[in-house]
Parts: sequence; C-alpha cells; structure tokens
Amino acid sequence: MSDIKFLLARKKGMTQIFREDGTVVPVTVLEAGPCTVTGLRTPERDGYCAVQIGFIPARAKHVRKPQRVAAEKAGVPAFRVLREFRTVSVDGWEPGQELTVEQFQPGDLVDVTGRSKGRGFAGTIKAHGFGRGSETHGSMNVRQPGAIGACAYPGRVFKGTRMAKHYGAVRRTVKNLTVEGVDPERGLLLVRGGVPGPPNGLLQVRTARTGVKK
Amino acid sequence: MDIIREVEKQHMKADPPAFKVGDFVRVEYLIREGKNERVQPFIGQVIRFGGSGVRKTFTVRRIVQNEGVERTFPLHSPRVVNVTVQRGPNRKPRRARLYFLRGRTGKSAYL
Repeated sequence: MSDIKFLLARKKGMTQIFREDGTVVPVTVLEAGPCTVTGLRTPERDGYCAVQIGFIPARAKHVRKPQRVAAEKAGVPAFRVLREFRTVSVDGWEPGQELTVEQFQPGDLVDVTGRSKGRGFAGTIKAHGFGRGSETHGSMNVRQPGAIGACAYPGRVFKGTRMAKHYGAVRRTVKNLTVEGVDPERGLLLVRGGVPGPPNGLLQVRTARTGVKK
Repeated sequence: MDIIREVEKQHMKADPPAFKVGDFVRVEYLIREGKNERVQPFIGQVIRFGGSGVRKTFTVRRIVQNEGVERTFPLHSPRVVNVTVQRGPNRKPRRARLYFLRGRTGKSAYL
C-alpha cells in the first residue's frame, strides 16, 4: 500500500470537543468507511493509476448492471457509492481490501471533498457578498445589484460582471484539516473545522496533498 | 444527530457538578500564570444556564466594588475544576433566567 490514505464518508454534523488544557476545538463528525477496494485502474489498461473503492453495501438489484457485473468479476460485493482515488501506482492494492478509519491518526492532515450546499438561484448579496441598499427612507433599492455598466462607452456590459446566479452545489475541497479524533468502534472521524455539504452528504477524505504536519 | 450526541458524551464530564439557577456557588477555575497553573475561585449567584450537550454553559453574577460582574463558564470544560453550592436561593426562583437581578441591588436583589 502506498502512503496516501483515503476513504469515503458521510458528514454527520458539527460539535466541539475540549482538549486536555481546556482549549475548545470545533469539529465535524464524519461517519467514514468501512470501504472496500472494488477495482484498480492501471496504466496498461486505462492509461492512469487509480484505486476504486466502494462505500455503503447495496443489494445487487439496486446496483446498475455495469457496476454489478464489474463487482462480480472482481469478486467483491456491490456498493451504493463507488469513487476512484488517483495513486502513484497500484502496487500493493487489490480488490477486496478493506479500508477503515483506523488508517488515520489524530494529528494527520486531510483534504475533504464534497458537494457544497445548493443555494438555488441566488442574488448578488448571497452569491458575491455585495452590499445592501437602505431598507428605509423610501428606498426601493434593497437587494438590487446596482450599476452593471457605464454609458455610450463601452455601450455593453463587461463579460464576467458579477450578477445573480445559480450558487452552490458544486464540488469543493477543504484542504489541510487536522484529524482531531478517530473512533474505530463506530467508524467515526473527527476533523477540525467545517466541511462542504449538508448533513449526510457524501465526502471524500484523503491525505492532504500539500499540508505539512505540524 | 444521535452520533453527535454520542461523540459529545465522550467529552462531557461523567458527573457534572449539580447546582441550579439561583444558587450561590463557588467556581474553581484553572488559570495560567506564566508557567504555573492555579485555581482561581469565582463566587456568586448562578443566573442562567445556556446551551446543551458539551456546549452547556452557566453564568455567575456577583458584585465587585459596587460593580456587577458576570462570568460565563463552559460547564464541561476541564478548566472548571469544581463548583460547590454555598447556599441556595432564599426563595425558589420562578424563572429560568434571573436577568431581573441585574438592575437591582441590596434588598430588592434578594431571591
């Protein structure tokens, strides 16, 4: 196995814990793993290296046929969620391997990826942090975007001008979160700070790409 | 949600000190002085509880040099070493948060 560690998880919610010296640490509780290696991507066959892992066992009839057949061929059970993680090589990995939270230790740095909460079609205040107009003194300009261009010159609205848009519900990664606790019994991972997405949202947790352990 | 509760339970005190709103308590709080740690007592009347789970807090009010002082402590913090009830309220408080004591002194602040 290589030195990169990864897992799939569900976000459970946030709370706080006390360190021994009384410092309060805000943490997100993740229900992580157990995951099973369901397949490998090799340079010879696929042109790149990756390990595919499955999370949340599913009955075979709930899994689409391509995935179901692939699982049967690999000799692994069917899963509701499959995700690939890029690795440097696939040496040491083989289908059927179990991955649990035990691979992580308090103090590890991880990157957590997920789909952020969707805000629907959001105005400029929520989407871009614009200011707000006066609510009183007869002002009707409360949440309007304000001016979006000049006059005869340039005679158009510049490309990229910030306007109301569909906001959220995109893939986001929070980097370098500290693992504050691991509970192998319940399969829980406590990471410092917030992570993208709603409660029960699917997350990918992996060893931090850039962070240096303090 | 239940998982959160269970995680919180692990970081809560097994038997947190028992006291109620209105009690006059002595809070022993660890403070750091340079490299040493020592216990600093704070004595006063509990005027409210806030939060729930590990985040539960309580506020103690006392009069120092004719000035009202309130401090809020996290109940489950390891820095809150001990809380002892010195005496209960004179009368049972009829509300959960004794904010009405703030404007009062002397006999009218009696409870």
